[in-house]
Amino acid sequence: MMAWIPVALLAVPLLGALLLLLAPQLLRPRLRTYGLILSGLTLALSLLLVATFDYGRPADVQFELDQPWIPGLGLRFHLGIDGISLPLITLTALLTFLCFVYLCWGNARGSGQLLTTKPPAEAGAATAAEPITRARPRALVFTLLVLEVGMIGTFLALDLLLFFVFFEIVLIPMYFLIGIWGGEGRRAASIKFILYTLLGSVVMLLGLLLIWAQTGTLDIVALSTSHGAGMSGSIQILAFVAIGIGLAVKTPMWPLHTWLPDAHTEAPTVGSVLLAGVLLKMGTYGFARIAIPVLPEGAVAVAPWLGALAVVGIVYGALACLAQRDLKRMIAYSSVGHMGFVLLGFATLTPVGVNGALFANVAHGLITGLLFFLAGAIKERHHTADMPTLGGGLLATLPRLGALLTFAAIASLGLPGLAGFWGEMLALYGAFQPGAGLPRGLFLTYMVIGGLGAVLTAAYFLVMLSRLTHGRPQPPARTSPSGTNVVGPPPETRDEQPVVPLGAPARTTTTTLEPPPADGTIEDVNQHELLAWTPLVALTLLFGLWPGLLLSLTTPPVQALLGAIS
Amino acid sequence: MIQQIDYFVIAPALALALAAGLVLLLDAFLPARPRTRTGLGLVTLAGVLLSLGFVVAQAVSGGSPRSTFCVPPNLAEGEQLCSYVTDGFTLAFAGLMLVAAVVIVLLSMTELAGGAIPVGEWYFLLLCTLVGAVTLPASRDLIMLVVALELVSLPVFALTAMKRYDGRASEAAVKLFVVSVVSTAVMLFGVSLLYGISGTVFLSRLAAVFSGQAPAPGVLPPSQELPAVVTVGVVLVVAGFAFKIAAVPFHSWAADVYQGAPVPVAALLSVISKAAGFAGLILILVTGLAGQAATWAPIVAIVAALTMTAGNLLAMRQRSAVRLLAWSSVAQSGYILAPLALAATTARPDPAPAGGAISASIAYLVIYAAMNLGAFTVVMLVSRWSARNELDDYRGLVFRRPAAGIALAFCLICLAGLPPGLAGLFAKVFVFREIVGGGYGWLAVVMAVNTVIGLYYYAIWTARLFAPATTPAPRRATGPWLAMAMGLAVAAAVLFSIAPQLVLDLTTLSPSG
Repeated sequence: MMAWIPVALLAVPLLGALLLLLAPQLLRPRLRTYGLILSGLTLALSLLLVATFDYGRPADVQFELDQPWIPGLGLRFHLGIDGISLPLITLTALLTFLCFVYLCWGNARGSGQLLTTKPPAEAGAATAAEPITRARPRALVFTLLVLEVGMIGTFLALDLLLFFVFFEIVLIPMYFLIGIWGGEGRRAASIKFILYTLLGSVVMLLGLLLIWAQTGTLDIVALSTSHGAGMSGSIQILAFVAIGIGLAVKTPMWPLHTWLPDAHTEAPTVGSVLLAGVLLKMGTYGFARIAIPVLPEGAVAVAPWLGALAVVGIVYGALACLAQRDLKRMIAYSSVGHMGFVLLGFATLTPVGVNGALFANVAHGLITGLLFFLAGAIKERHHTADMPTLGGGLLATLPRLGALLTFAAIASLGLPGLAGFWGEMLALYGAFQPGAGLPRGLFLTYMVIGGLGAVLTAAYFLVMLSRLTHGRPQPPARTSPSGTNVVGPPPETRDEQPVVPLGAPARTTTTTLEPPPADGTIEDVNQHELLAWTPLVALTLLFGLWPGLLLSLTTPPVQALLGAIS
Repeated sequence: MIQQIDYFVIAPALALALAAGLVLLLDAFLPARPRTRTGLGLVTLAGVLLSLGFVVAQAVSGGSPRSTFCVPPNLAEGEQLCSYVTDGFTLAFAGLMLVAAVVIVLLSMTELAGGAIPVGEWYFLLLCTLVGAVTLPASRDLIMLVVALELVSLPVFALTAMKRYDGRASEAAVKLFVVSVVSTAVMLFGVSLLYGISGTVFLSRLAAVFSGQAPAPGVLPPSQELPAVVTVGVVLVVAGFAFKIAAVPFHSWAADVYQGAPVPVAALLSVISKAAGFAGLILILVTGLAGQAATWAPIVAIVAALTMTAGNLLAMRQRSAVRLLAWSSVAQSGYILAPLALAATTARPDPAPAGGAISASIAYLVIYAAMNLGAFTVVMLVSRWSARNELDDYRGLVFRRPAAGIALAFCLICLAGLPPGLAGLFAKVFVFREIVGGGYGWLAVVMAVNTVIGLYYYAIWTARLFAPATTPAPRRATGPWLAMAMGLAVAAAVLFSIAPQLVLDLTTLSPSG
């Protein structure tokens, strides 16, 4: 009866994006309000979903819609929500809305505002190429809305091919988000991102079709309840490996993660936030929704390998973080480590571990989303994310920003009482008592190594904090940028640069180093940033103090989907 | 005795042929003025639409397949042998060719507006090609197939060379001519071998002989084994068609010819000529030589894998838009070819495995035609102000010509097979499904890797559309005909994206030819 909500969740951003194509002149002056209203409407719909969801039976698919789309392929437009997808849908709607808040709320003069709606005269004053490439507000709103369709659709889909279609929808908008609004090496990073993830998803498509060829159905609900009936063990292993590779590229799992640091580093702030906050979740969600329930035998056979790679990812991510100079790159590598915990949780094939994985998933979305917001804010203020160049003393110069960074870093390293703790703890606990048919000794080793990784995680975050927030603030004059990829005008010519109009995004295609504002002070957290970040801080605290809120939602469906294994 | 001809059955081809004659006469008698050029284009368009009308009428009237040019019943032993059959397969191909022809005629009207190319000859040759293209999928005997295929090919040489005083065009025409003649010779040799063994040119009879249901007149009575020369015949026939669809190892002509020919002819080669080749290949392999599938299925699979790989790898290095599209169309040929490898296998428990594989091929072809023509219409637009037509000339197209830029971006993303170009995505899913279901795992993996390679150059090109323009935009009007062509092709691609089921419905009209 309430099946209109999932459709509306997809239709609102999609129609909004189409309207933007059809009536550009009408909407151009109100672009900021328009983006805010549409994403706010989507968030409101997802909150309505949260309010009307029947918490008595979170394992069942609710708000179900099942319409044939392409009968020739057996593809049905099958949407639905259960306890696993509900938090992720809400997270997606929330993060997208917060991105719009970040972009739209403040005045046009805020630093790093990609959505500046300049009057034409001002745009003409800038170079001819720049306003076209960088500040294309309509295109940015369009891209973000299409991205939202793909992200929400992935979590709603209950048909293998429909899942795949939504999984693919995000590629093109993300490609443009990185490739147009990104940093220095955006072209290479965007191409790497799209080719890498497409390779993964095509392999996943083969796995999905293999399932279809064996069982004759694409319906995820039917496939999950039959727990792999009709597929022999070897077929299940083959399909699990194929689907797993596709999902692991997106997750990303070591050693398929190499696209991630570049993409995160080069993406604009909103791109990094959505990439880390939602897109990575699509990979892990696929494990919970498709790979493990549909292919239980394959999961049991592959789980030790998955666990091994996950543990390598944890340690590798932590060690790579210790070696990073660039703040955004460091956070990107920390995602590899955190996703390692999520994958380890799945690999245990126990309700505890999978629950932990799903919890860590949501927590990572909140915390890393916040971290990327903060890193973006720092980069926009200092025009570099190179940590040695940034120097220390953030808590002294920008106390609120420094405090928020400290909070996010501590949440991310897994301090008890904050959201980052529970997921990783449960994942490790799951490894202590792995599912039936899994070698316990091996998983105990994984648990130990994973625990070591958690310590390393704490180490690199604390090192980062000690480098950035503590210490004595450096004088603002930076003589020579020592960053590897920072190409700026030589210092002696900087004074001769034309004054950049205040409304314009103060960046050019070749320059990331900009003269600091005329009065030499850097603004602390401003209002729109605070608005965008507060919900994330609040939710991190809420889930940290009251993990049962989320766990009660995911436990029944997890037990159902692990039915054949445990 | 008198041959009874069912004129309704051959009406589509007849309408085109009459239009061709009319165009030639009008060109001779009307004064050579710019208005005449448009007029002749409209006459051609009317002829194509009339023919399309007949095809639609045949499809609507439905019922059992209608045939004509049959062997009189008193001469045929028991079964009915016909040369010209109109069934679902024929109608699907004829419809595809004629709709594509509408786009190409509209493109031609833009190309010919310049006045450098003789108009009457152009439209006459174009209509002749179309007669062949419509006849070919209806052909059910080897002679008719070869004649129809030649009718498709021969006018194209002349069309390619129509840009007189252009060295590239002449070179392209000669190259196409030589390659095509060689392929025809190879195919005729194969056909003669098959005829020598089976003693018949009718595909249905061939099928009976080569699947062992009927005795082969060319084999001496004591041995019932078919001689090895059958394999040679099959391979030669396949090779002949491989030339037409530019499959590896007969692909090298594609880029030079596409680049040298006028853009409408390149579009014609990449869609109509290619579709004709595939129609012939499907007819010969699946209808005529299904019994020899053990021979040709592995060859087709390997050729498909090589074709998509070679096409994609060569496309990656191209700077010219038309050359890139040429190699991309070679790669797409590989995707279309892949399901044919399992068209005759019965590994799947489905009721009509052959039908599934063939309809996947045809569905891919239909969707490919829409998206490729869409891309060509925009290439045509850009070719009007940039003679070299390199990828860098497309920088900033989205800002200069938003409609054309977005149309091209959509078509390229479709060709790459990513959302929002769902048509291309589903086309690939159709093919993947058949390959995975048929058990050709290695081919599926090769195709998966190729999809990624393909995305590289499509993405590079698409990114250029959104990059800042380096040169100021020349102000030239799009022109109504080109706009119509673009609208038609892109509308088809969008329609197929929203409702891919339409394509499947069209292509599963008949399980087999």
